[in-house]
Amino acid sequence: MPTRIQKEASKESLLLNMGPSHPAMHGTIRIMLELDGERILNSEVEVGYLHRGFEKICENRTYFNLLPYTDRMNYVSPLINNLGYVMTLEKMLGIEAPERAQYIRVIMSELSRISDHLTCLAAMAMECGAFTVFLYNVKAREFIWDVIEETTGARMTTSYIRIGGVRADLHPDYKTVLKKAIVETRKVLKDIHGLLDKNKIYLNRTRDIAVVSKEMAISYGWTGPCLRSTGVYYDVRKASPYAAYDQLDFEVPLGERGDNFDRYMVRMKEMEQSLRIIEQAMEKMPRPSPPKLMVDALEPAEAIKASRTKKVDKEIKLSPNLEGSERGKYLDILGTDKKYVVPPKEDTYTSIEGIINHFKFFMRDHGIRPPKGEVYFSVEGGNGELGYYIVSDGTDRPYRLHLRAPCFHIVSALEEMIQGRYIADVIPTFGSTNMIGGELDR
Amino acid sequence: MEEKKVVEELKKKFSDRIKEVTVQFGDEIVLIERDSLLDIVRFLKDEPYSYSMLLDLTCVDYKGQEPRFEMVYHLFSIPNVQRLRIKVRLSEEDLQVDSLTSLWKNANWLEREVYDMFGVKFKGHPDLRRIFMYDGFEGHPLRKDYPLRKRQPRIPLRK
Repeated sequence: MPTRIQKEASKESLLLNMGPSHPAMHGTIRIMLELDGERILNSEVEVGYLHRGFEKICENRTYFNLLPYTDRMNYVSPLINNLGYVMTLEKMLGIEAPERAQYIRVIMSELSRISDHLTCLAAMAMECGAFTVFLYNVKAREFIWDVIEETTGARMTTSYIRIGGVRADLHPDYKTVLKKAIVETRKVLKDIHGLLDKNKIYLNRTRDIAVVSKEMAISYGWTGPCLRSTGVYYDVRKASPYAAYDQLDFEVPLGERGDNFDRYMVRMKEMEQSLRIIEQAMEKMPRPSPPKLMVDALEPAEAIKASRTKKVDKEIKLSPNLEGSERGKYLDILGTDKKYVVPPKEDTYTSIEGIINHFKFFMRDHGIRPPKGEVYFSVEGGNGELGYYIVSDGTDRPYRLHLRAPCFHIVSALEEMIQGRYIADVIPTFGSTNMIGGELDR
Repeated sequence: MEEKKVVEELKKKFSDRIKEVTVQFGDEIVLIERDSLLDIVRFLKDEPYSYSMLLDLTCVDYKGQEPRFEMVYHLFSIPNVQRLRIKVRLSEEDLQVDSLTSLWKNANWLEREVYDMFGVKFKGHPDLRRIFMYDGFEGHPLRKDYPLRKRQPRIPLRK
């Protein structure tokens, strides 16, 4: 079946295909252009090359099991995606994470936001020819991912934020690494400002190109940095604060013209604010409970043996792989509600209640079962409002789960943004929308 | 509080066309008649409520119930910072509803997605075709009667 543009195009004009596999179409997306010389008369954006049926899969997984799938939505900032899903579920279940976990969530989502913005600007600048900026950004992102890796154990597919809290406490020495990441990121941001802000080539390709008015942005349902670049003040973190955002002081940078350059600038300023948030959260975060001295702690095998005859009241040495599953950590980071939290491993190993609890949690039709009803909750993702709409029918898997992907709304405006411009303008414009395939196509 | 006021006002103005108002987990949900969708949404979009943003649009398949499908619209008002959920029920025999493309531009893609995944038809949509799945794909994958692991034959290469 011919696409719309093939039917509409006039005979004199040239049809050009950009993507789905094109160096500038990072992710996979296809843009069909109808050209008159270099002028774009009309265009059509085709998406869906990365459609993996996220929503269908989620309907067939338990609430606990589908968490890793949310990582694969916006794979540049997976922690925010985890957070959005988990907080939607928490709203449904009526539970709240402990305070320390709230601050950890804030730090983690701000780190993800920075890495998201850095990636977006890196790609955008590289496609404009500024390869140095790309390398600098990726360097800064490495420092940020070091922090994420140290705490969550993974760089991208983290599945770190859990129902009721987070999976593990921060690394004991996290402050050193985090401070280093902040210093390095600040340095890189300064360098990028120096490289791009007054760069003639960059300005020519971004200033007053693909200008989006307030009305147009709202009509397309834009949120996040792209909406704010047009001058509309809306940030989920300020409008309906979640986690610990109401305790922290930060500004929401706004743009004036809504062109490519403003979208770049808003992202740059937002990263500075994110660094501020992280610094404050580090200071305000409640201290962890003191670690238990493991002097006469038992090996797991000994503990299991001893538990056959009597209750074990000594500490148990857990394998480092099970970090975060120690009973002592639960109060700080996970809460103690047995209905929603996997029981501590010590209990599972040595007591009958613990093992029943464990099985009740993972057994088919027994896990987390939220009450019947439907819920919508959103967090501020890297691209904008990341909302989850979940319909529960009272069983252990969602009846329907829908992700409001901010990217989808932004990319839907691309056709109008590039209309009447040159081919070369497609590249920075597309870069500034921060298209993330996983989130767009779900 | 504001949300309540909007719902009260809606009830007064469109009393006969609002079927049900419920609150779930703190969110107000308004279930309306299918044919009055455009009127009510237009009323909400204007001042003073200014629900000027179509935040999200999706569909839920309640297989085995009558009516089977339910369209879910999330509206957002930037000046008042509040969301509202509007729902419309559709029966399987007459699976169509007015398109919102005349009011919001993002409704175009969102409605194409719902058409692709559920087969709901939108009256007045300028370009209603599949968005994620390819041409030639049979069925609507997010319907409850579409099996999870169903495979479809390969489509021939375009000439």
